[in-house]
Amino acid sequence: MIVLRVNGDEHSVDVPADMPLLWVLRDVIGLTGTKFGCGIAQCGACTVHLDGQAVRSCVLPVSAVGEKAITTIEAVGNSASGQKIQKAWLDVDVVQCGYCQSGQIMSAAALLTRVPNPSDADIDAAMSGNICRCGTYVRIRAAIKQAATGKAEILQTIAPEGAA
Amino acid sequence: MMHKTSLAASQTPIDIDRRNALKLTGLSIAFLWGATSGTAHAAMNARRQSSDAAAAAADGNPPFAPNAFIRIDSNGAVRLVMPTVEMGQGIYTGISMMLAEELGVDLGQIKVEHSPPNEQLYANPYIGGQITGGSTSTRGQYQVLREAGAVARTLLVTAAAERWHVDPSTCTVAHGVVSHPGSGRKLPFGALAKSAGALPMPAKVTLKEPKDFAIIGKPLRRVDSLDKTRGATQYGIDVRVPGMKVATVKACPTFGGRLVGVDERRTRAIPGVIDVLRLENAVAVVGEHFWAAKQGMDALEILWDPGENAGLTTAGLRGALADALRNDKSIVAREEGKRPADGKVIEALYQLPMMAHAPMEPLNTTVAVTADKCEIWVGTQVPTRCVAGAAKITGLPPEKIVLHNQYIGGGFGRRLESDSVEQAVRFAKQVKYPVKIIWTREEDIRQDIVRPMYHDHISAVLGTDGRPVWFGDRITGGTVLGRWLPMAMGKNGLDGDLVECAAKTPYDLPNVKVEWIRHDMPDGLLVGWWRGVGPTHNLFVVESFMDELAHSAGKDPLEYRRALLQKNPRALALLDLAAEKIGWNKAALAPRVGRGIALGEPFGSHVCLIVEVEVSAQGEVRLRRAVVALDCGIAINPSSVEAQIQGGVIFGLSAALYSGITVKKGAIEQSNFHDYRSLRINETPQIEVYCVQSSQPPGGLGEVGTAIAAPALGNAIFAACGVRLRTLPVETRLLAQSAEALKQVVENQAEGRRTPV
Repeated sequence: MIVLRVNGDEHSVDVPADMPLLWVLRDVIGLTGTKFGCGIAQCGACTVHLDGQAVRSCVLPVSAVGEKAITTIEAVGNSASGQKIQKAWLDVDVVQCGYCQSGQIMSAAALLTRVPNPSDADIDAAMSGNICRCGTYVRIRAAIKQAATGKAEILQTIAPEGAA
Repeated sequence: MMHKTSLAASQTPIDIDRRNALKLTGLSIAFLWGATSGTAHAAMNARRQSSDAAAAAADGNPPFAPNAFIRIDSNGAVRLVMPTVEMGQGIYTGISMMLAEELGVDLGQIKVEHSPPNEQLYANPYIGGQITGGSTSTRGQYQVLREAGAVARTLLVTAAAERWHVDPSTCTVAHGVVSHPGSGRKLPFGALAKSAGALPMPAKVTLKEPKDFAIIGKPLRRVDSLDKTRGATQYGIDVRVPGMKVATVKACPTFGGRLVGVDERRTRAIPGVIDVLRLENAVAVVGEHFWAAKQGMDALEILWDPGENAGLTTAGLRGALADALRNDKSIVAREEGKRPADGKVIEALYQLPMMAHAPMEPLNTTVAVTADKCEIWVGTQVPTRCVAGAAKITGLPPEKIVLHNQYIGGGFGRRLESDSVEQAVRFAKQVKYPVKIIWTREEDIRQDIVRPMYHDHISAVLGTDGRPVWFGDRITGGTVLGRWLPMAMGKNGLDGDLVECAAKTPYDLPNVKVEWIRHDMPDGLLVGWWRGVGPTHNLFVVESFMDELAHSAGKDPLEYRRALLQKNPRALALLDLAAEKIGWNKAALAPRVGRGIALGEPFGSHVCLIVEVEVSAQGEVRLRRAVVALDCGIAINPSSVEAQIQGGVIFGLSAALYSGITVKKGAIEQSNFHDYRSLRINETPQIEVYCVQSSQPPGGLGEVGTAIAAPALGNAIFAACGVRLRTLPVETRLLAQSAEALKQVVENQAEGRRTPV
């Protein structure tokens, strides 16, 4: 049995030690917000936080997690950075197909925690491991800056009435 | 918002002439087989249809279901059923806006649902099938979905007016409430649902004039944004059903090869492995979870019979295309006038590669087969084709195939095929439990149904003023349409999609001959639709060549195009707009920086893209800026329009820079994102989109940006470093400045480094 701390809850899982965290989250614990894209840490769709740091869960053996706190897209909104990033994502409608966006948001939230006002170079460095085939990069860059400064960078969407 | 329900004669469905004009653009040519075969095809309707009762029953029998798209419950919940699938293009938002505009609700008041497979209820009239593709969703549904909203609103108003004994034309509708301003009475939709549901269908309804739109034309937030931002959206790969196991598959890597045998002893020893299943050409390992299945697959010893294609290479395929171009008979797509005997002849050979789709969500299907039912969970662009395939495989009648469509993590044309779904059903019918089959990324690339390769000879004769007096294009390649929908091929055997944007260009070209030399790939090497289809291929060739002509004539590429657009004000306006926004010729550019123009009219829209690049001495291309001028008719949602164009351009630039599928020993050589590269954020330029205001009917969008990207890039590279690219993807070594620079490129590549710009 391996005990994992995921989004504040403890989970005891009976899985092989070399099983990547991604598949433990998705197929054993049932948190499917974290995505499978490549399996070789090339696309970033599987990004989660370990103690606040962005890691690629598709190549991280579950036995290597240890005591570290795992945060997934389902709970990243509980952190200040995650909340700001998710709000900016909505304000400029970053998502298209949305499949890579869990990973994009996790990478962006980790960046914002580390660098509260990231430059273009900071964004390039932190986000270039996350592929988006729909090509949402222009809005991702704008959303990160907007999350940092609170100032509108590009066209803002009109939210439905009563929405956050 | 306010509606009058009085009858008006001005409102008519799309008239036949308009329809004929519309259908001559984009992939819709291919889809409109009804027109070519002479048989009527099913199409969605704004009013109740014969199979509506069953569909509404499946949706919980709401008291008000006036057509296939709108369900209103007594508690006031408004559910909108989406006839097409959402794969990122924003169509769920666009459809919701079209319905809501006329219905009289806000987007915050609705809930969207996937439609079940049903050609009668959900076939796009523009395509003739329940198919999401060819950038046709908005074009095909703009009229009928607004009418569907108006039908529902008319019935709700009639119900309220009857209850209040007032003239319906004195009632107004907004925010899901019918009001009678004269008396101050109000009733929410839910309170009217039952009585509205009992009324007969209105014969005629009035649609709003575009100037009165309250929803259409606004940058409303996508209806799927919130869930996608929280990781809460369920894609096909996220489906979990009770008792489900997880499998992964491997099909014979060689095109058309077969499975000979499997040694599964090591696989069976892996904890969590449940089954090893076989098909004629593939094997699946089933596990308690994906990791067990994957480990099991890696441990499997598989013997393949590679078959007849074992010796196939890219060079061999390319050589066969070149032979066909030289020797084979062509089919003429368009011929006007004659080639003059005199004049300056310019000619060029353009070669385009095969490409994979690589959507972020790898292909997957969940299937449960029992004796009398086959249930499928999958995100697909062709739900009814999947049902037909499953019925054939299981021997069950189509009504026993239940398909639940899902949000799609990227399609790009790959999910216009049902191969992975049919494969999953073949495996699933061998077992007693539901099984989710997930392709690895390696399987996704190696078993892709790739974009075809092309080999085109293009030529022109220039008059003394440098203008083309003759334009000729001999397109050589295999047909997608001929396999995918053979009955849509022209009577003369022409594939209309294949010559799209070459047979007709925006320019004033007096004498033209555009031909297609059909050369299909060997059996087993399937080619398929890829974002932008025919236009993506032809616009690269034609617009690169227009640039060549400009330079041959000693003219500025902008001025050269302007001179040829004097009879096409819509295109000319876009060209001028893009040039103005980027500041064309306003200031000198730095050394090895260049700008390239591309102009086109794909998918019923009009677009001009100017790309600015810097090419380093080592031949590395850096994208600096991109400016798009777009005329897509009425923009349903300006935010979505901008997103689709930006994303489409990035997809096209990504492909032009990096995407090429190559073949060795009859198999695809690439396997994952390390050797089938995609553009990343650090390589992406700012992309400005300028959309002209228009009251013309909406054009297509999903593929427009992709189709126009590569020629603008190629032309910019030429402007930057003087090298004309007639092959894709971009080869750095062709752009390097000198032998010394070239040496550095080679060294860097050997060390796995990217040459700094």
